[in-house]
Order: sequence, then C-alpha cells, then structure tokens
Amino acid sequence: MATEPRIIGFLCNWCSYTGADLAGVAKMKTSPNVRIIRTMCSGRIDPEFILKAFRKGADGVLVSGCHFGDCHYQEGNFKAMRRVAMLKRILARLGISPDRLKMVYISAAEGDLWAKTTFEFTETVRALGPFDRTRLNALYPAGNGENEKTPEKGTGEITANEVHHG
Amino acid sequence: MADKFKLALYWAASCGGCEIAVLDTEEKILDIDANFDIVFWPVAVDFKVKDVEALPDKSITVCLFNGGIRNSENEEMAKLLRKKSVVMVAFGSCAQEGCIPGLANLYSRESIFDYVYHQSPSVDNPDGVTPHPESRVNGYTMTLPVFYERLRPLHHVVDVDYTIPGCPPQSDQVGAVITTLIDILANGKELPPKGTVLGAGEKTCCEECLREREEKKISRFYRPHEIIADPDKCLLDQGVFCMGPATRSGCGGKCVNAGIPCRGCYGPPPNADDPGARIIAAISSVLDAETEEDVNRILDTLADPVGTIYRFGLADSIIPVSLDFNHKGDE
Repeated sequence: MATEPRIIGFLCNWCSYTGADLAGVAKMKTSPNVRIIRTMCSGRIDPEFILKAFRKGADGVLVSGCHFGDCHYQEGNFKAMRRVAMLKRILARLGISPDRLKMVYISAAEGDLWAKTTFEFTETVRALGPFDRTRLNALYPAGNGENEKTPEKGTGEITANEVHHG
Repeated sequence: MADKFKLALYWAASCGGCEIAVLDTEEKILDIDANFDIVFWPVAVDFKVKDVEALPDKSITVCLFNGGIRNSENEEMAKLLRKKSVVMVAFGSCAQEGCIPGLANLYSRESIFDYVYHQSPSVDNPDGVTPHPESRVNGYTMTLPVFYERLRPLHHVVDVDYTIPGCPPQSDQVGAVITTLIDILANGKELPPKGTVLGAGEKTCCEECLREREEKKISRFYRPHEIIADPDKCLLDQGVFCMGPATRSGCGGKCVNAGIPCRGCYGPPPNADDPGARIIAAISSVLDAETEEDVNRILDTLADPVGTIYRFGLADSIIPVSLDFNHKGDE
C-alpha cells in the first residue's frame, strides 16, 4: 500500500477555519490527509512554520486565508500570499517542489469549497509522490525527530570552578 | 608566568578574516598577551597539533574556533580542541552558522570538485587530477582529509559554550568580550550562562541604523550599484534588499550607515531560527503586490534569492542543504 500524503493546513480563524467547520457541520466529506492547524490570521503564519512542517514530515502545506478585502485584520491575507509566493521560489532552489505549497482563499460560507480544495490538493501532492527527506535525514540524523532544526546548541552548564584561575 | 590562562585559536573552513578581527583589537592584543598563554594559533604562532594533543584535557581555558566543518580535518580539530578546552567559543559566522562556505550546500560534492578542478577558467589541470583521500605514491600511502558532502556549523559537531557572531566579528566587540572575559577569569566571577551570544545585541540591525523608516511599498528590487539611494531613508523602503530586519544587532550598523544594505552577517536575531524565513516575513510587508504574479514580477528583479536571504545562514537553517542537486535553480 502506498503511503498516504501528509498535508498540514494552516487556516485562519475567521474565514477558512470557520469554512472548514461548516464543512464538518454540514457533514461534507473532506480529505483526511489534511491536518488542520488554526491560526488567528493567515498573516500570523510565519514562513518558519511552513519550513518546519516540511522538515518534520509534511508532504504538502496548504495555507488558507480570507478572500482579499475580507481579512479580519485588513491585510493579513495579502501578507500571507506574498510570503507563500516568495517561499515557493526558495523551496524550488532548495530542491522542494513549489507545488507542495499552496495558498487558497476560503470564506466562512464556503464549506463546499474547502472540502473540494482538500481533495484537489491531496491529489496534487499524491501525484508529486512522498517528499523525499532521505537526503536531509541522512545528513542531519539529529534533525529527524523532535529537534526540528539541528542538534541543540549545547546543554548543561559550565561552572566557574571548571576554569583554572591563574 | 606559568599561571596565565591558556588561549587557543583555530580556523577551519573560513577565510582568515576572523583572525584579522582578533589582531584588529589593536592594543587589546597586549592585554591578551598579558593574561593568556597562546598555546595554539596556526596563523600566528608555531605550535603543532601534537603540542595540543600533549596537553591535558580541559587545560585550555578558552578556545576561539572560527570556520565551519567542511572536511574530516576540521572535524578532528574541533573535537580535539573541545576535549582540551574548558570554554569553546564559536567565533564568527562560519563557526556559528556556516556563512558563505555554507552556500556550497546547494551543490553536490561531485559538482564542486568538477568545477574547482576541471571547469573553472583559472584551472590548469591537463591530466584531470582530482584529489583523493588516499593515494599510493612510490609504495607509500598518502592521505588527505575527506571532503564532506556538506558544510556544518561548529555546534553540529561539538558542544559549543558561547557564540560570537559576525563576518567577521567587529573588533571593538571582540575587544570588549576579551576585556570582560579577562575580568571574569582574573576575579573568579561567574561566567555567562551557556549558549549566550557574546559581543552582539539583542535586537535587530535596524535598531542601529540611522536611516528613517517610512511606510512605503516597493515595486522592484535594486542592487546597490543600480540606484543612488537617499542617504537618510531606509534602504528597504527604496527597494535595496537589506537583511537588517532579520539580522542581530551588534555591528553598530556599519554597512547600512555607510549606504550598503545589511547582508545579514550577525546571524538571525534572538527567537528566530531561520534568517531566510525571517526576512521573507518582513519583506512581505513592503512589497507592492496584490497577486502572486506581482510578487513573482518583483522577485524577478532580485538576483539569486537563496544566496541573498541565506548568504550567511544556510548551513544552520531549517532546510540546510539542497535536497535535489539536479534542479537547475534560479541563479
């Protein structure tokens, strides 16, 4: 059996998460491959979150905010859109297909659109295949687990008595 | 004066600028000499590796280690000096986060060798010789350090106590750190908590920049030679790609105040793991872009985006290597 794509969905609280909630309340079928993380605004989604998602095992990342003009904080979704567009370029150069990252705009009333989007994106990511982390894991074994970045920068304390006073 | 503290300095994959930064402390070098016996410093004094090996463990008080870990020799020396030293300091951007040599992580070892020994226009190598870790000459086996697949910062290889950022660390900061260190050691004071970043600030480079920031949107990027920038206004506002918002303070804003955009050599500010992610987050607020196409059009005016945003920090970033070397990239 082929592995199922693992997708992280970052959804804003005011439109997209409510939209996804609507899909649930209305008992629409959504793709179980998408794991949702709710943020207050799509503008809260730091590019670091997205990079860490890939580092820690996501095959795709879906960012969803309000439609332009509808942002609860006026322009958070514009910022998210710019970040995603910039990050796509960087991902391409780092050898990660930019198609693994997608920005969508879903309102609180668009439960059906959310449901459809989850399936569409799951199929996109499935077609790309599992994100091959082999090289990353081989080179950075310590990064293949809880330490999402690198080996921790030192642990423990140095005490003054370890220093030989002259 | 057998009771002096012992100091070691070493360079791994680096350019030598960090050594100069130490010498640039001017008269402070006399304080160093008055308080420390230099037991190892390949650039300046004639001690050999076997001299370091002969020292008892933890007998070197402070080791200032600059340079990243590119080959087996770098790694061996890092481990040896860690064993012999009480305090291990990652000195400079290479040891801290990989720096410029870390950008080689975008290429495979094979393609680096191919370029350096065969393709580079300045190479004269008619026999096509490429170094090998082991070769037989007249019945003898000769060895060379193994060139690793990628460059790692020092803290990926050994336990690091403190970091002094910068490419190179500014000599006034180095001098201040040395003065403080001598005071701590000579008077038996408490050392700073492990992991402390020494010789730098706790904010971003923008804090030290004298230029005025406005709420401006930019529609393209300029390289420094393509524009005569207003000397009083924020460079980023004028479209010059400046890493200031994603860089730790401490350098005194030397570049930005002289009209050159910050390149990010002091590493990411506190609470940021990844300089590239941080600058993307910051830049997104100033782009005059309402659609992804707008963003792409503006990005087309930025030469080498990865090399720009990860110029110093690639080897210590969240994705520290290119995962697919067959990709042609956008450089």
